[in-house]
Amino acid sequence: MSNEVLVVVEQCDGRIADISFALLGKGKELATVLGTKLAAVVVGNEIRTLAGDLGIADIVLLAQGAQFSHYCPEALKHCVVELVRGRSPRLVLIGNTAYGMDLAAGLSAETNIPLLAYCRDFRVEEGQIIAVSELYGGKILVESEAGGTQLVVSVLAGAFPVAAGRGAGTPQIEEFSPNPAAAEARIKFKRLIQPESGDVDITKEALLVSVGRGIGSKDNIPLVQELADALGAQLSASRPIVDNGWLPKSRQVGKSGMSVKPKVYLAVGISGAPEHIEGMRDAELIVAINSDPTAPIFNVAHYGVIGDLFDIVPLISEKAKAAGAS
Amino acid sequence: MEIVVAVKQVPDLVEELEIDDSGKALDRTFLKYRLNEFDEHALEEALLLKEKHGGKVTVIALDTAEVEETLYTCLAKGADRAIKVTGNFDNGVDSREAANILREVLSSTPYDLILTGVQAADDRDGQLGPLLASYLKLPHLSVVSGIELAQGGRALTANQEHSGGIVAEFEVTLPALLGVQAARETPRYAPVSKVRQMMKATKIEELAAAKSALDSVTPIRRLSKPESAGRAEMLEGDAEEISSKLIAILDQRGLLKGSIK
Repeated sequence: MSNEVLVVVEQCDGRIADISFALLGKGKELATVLGTKLAAVVVGNEIRTLAGDLGIADIVLLAQGAQFSHYCPEALKHCVVELVRGRSPRLVLIGNTAYGMDLAAGLSAETNIPLLAYCRDFRVEEGQIIAVSELYGGKILVESEAGGTQLVVSVLAGAFPVAAGRGAGTPQIEEFSPNPAAAEARIKFKRLIQPESGDVDITKEALLVSVGRGIGSKDNIPLVQELADALGAQLSASRPIVDNGWLPKSRQVGKSGMSVKPKVYLAVGISGAPEHIEGMRDAELIVAINSDPTAPIFNVAHYGVIGDLFDIVPLISEKAKAAGAS
Repeated sequence: MEIVVAVKQVPDLVEELEIDDSGKALDRTFLKYRLNEFDEHALEEALLLKEKHGGKVTVIALDTAEVEETLYTCLAKGADRAIKVTGNFDNGVDSREAANILREVLSSTPYDLILTGVQAADDRDGQLGPLLASYLKLPHLSVVSGIELAQGGRALTANQEHSGGIVAEFEVTLPALLGVQAARETPRYAPVSKVRQMMKATKIEELAAAKSALDSVTPIRRLSKPESAGRAEMLEGDAEEISSKLIAILDQRGLLKGSIK
């Protein structure tokens, strides 16, 4: 057992994802406490130059091959499973992205190393890793003990600062070429589809009125559209609204949608699951209206209103219109 | 095509969640349950595929938290078969244990495609989909929205949602397991009358789970609610007062159409 902390670095077209730097920063801290090394594995084709961005790591493992020129979940899993079997790291850190969701639980099943998912914090107590998972839509934190054994962890975006993982250094670089035939090509990458440009680009808007499940039905959408119009804002939405087809995909804020940083984000009927928070936590001013006082959105909002959106929203629209006309 | 949809009950997050006296579990006394919303999308996608290409949809669930009514609802929506896997699940079931049990059950259930929700609100030890796919040695893709048959039914094209609204299209050889984020259509609704009718007309099949020898190697130490540090400043008053305060906050920052910028 190498006992190291291993970070699986996510890259796309030669660009390392922010979440990977967040994992490297936290990984370095844990490796120091555990008195072990920080290793980073990057999987791709012709990615040697990426090692230069991974200065914070002690060891950079470059897994290269033509089979990785496009993202293929099976090839990636096979490669990381082999690596983990060979190196026996103490802790494997993976981002809770689509890439990480393809990998983490499968890696756990193949290697029989336990997984703790949706983690937002860790600490080491008497040599034991304690991980805190954010479950039940962000309403409950669950602290688990990993014992003295190996552990795989999937980490929520935004849990740790990205800047902490961008460090200079001269890591030892090891290259390896996984056997391409070993991963059966049962999943083939076809193409990337860029987001439909849509009518608006919500990432560029200064004011967003964002609507969530609390709106109840498609028939009520005009209520929030009216508010957006009165404020000179655009309408965005949380995932369930888009999954239900009530607003187009181009309006979705969160993990599988857009990350936005408007001057004002007015969250109407959005409970604030971690996947949503990930996309809007950096807004300058967050105002949340929700009938549930325990809604996690109130933990990131600057101002909160506990109440029925159907009472409050029309009044705000009315007053905003009056203010606009003055 | 034989499609199996693995579903489960989760606590309804609209309700307030309380932690029990042990501090290590939710207080189940007043807990309300519902079908995991992502599983609902998985079922919808399965029904859409069946309607377009024919075949059979089998819904399978472990016997937890009043799952029967949910299974009848799935039948009312158009599933052909419902299987309830019985066992001692009083203290909840981890994803890994559930995947192990379902692996056994699926050894005697035919399938070309297994669908399940991409995640559930309580999967502390990982999502069911990738665990089960690994145990069954099936190709797996998560965060899927939109599935089409390809290659004369020997494969699927599936869209995987990435951040920034980017979608990756894959071709997946069958048999396969996909974790569904969103169906192409809003999940259909089954009227209560139809569910009642199903309860009279059909039977849910029962299978006993093989004894699970798995003990969690990552025991829960404690549950807590997120601390309120940095919590929002709450605007108090009636709707009239609250809306005035909100407008004032926006106006102060010059963010209203009529504000002086």
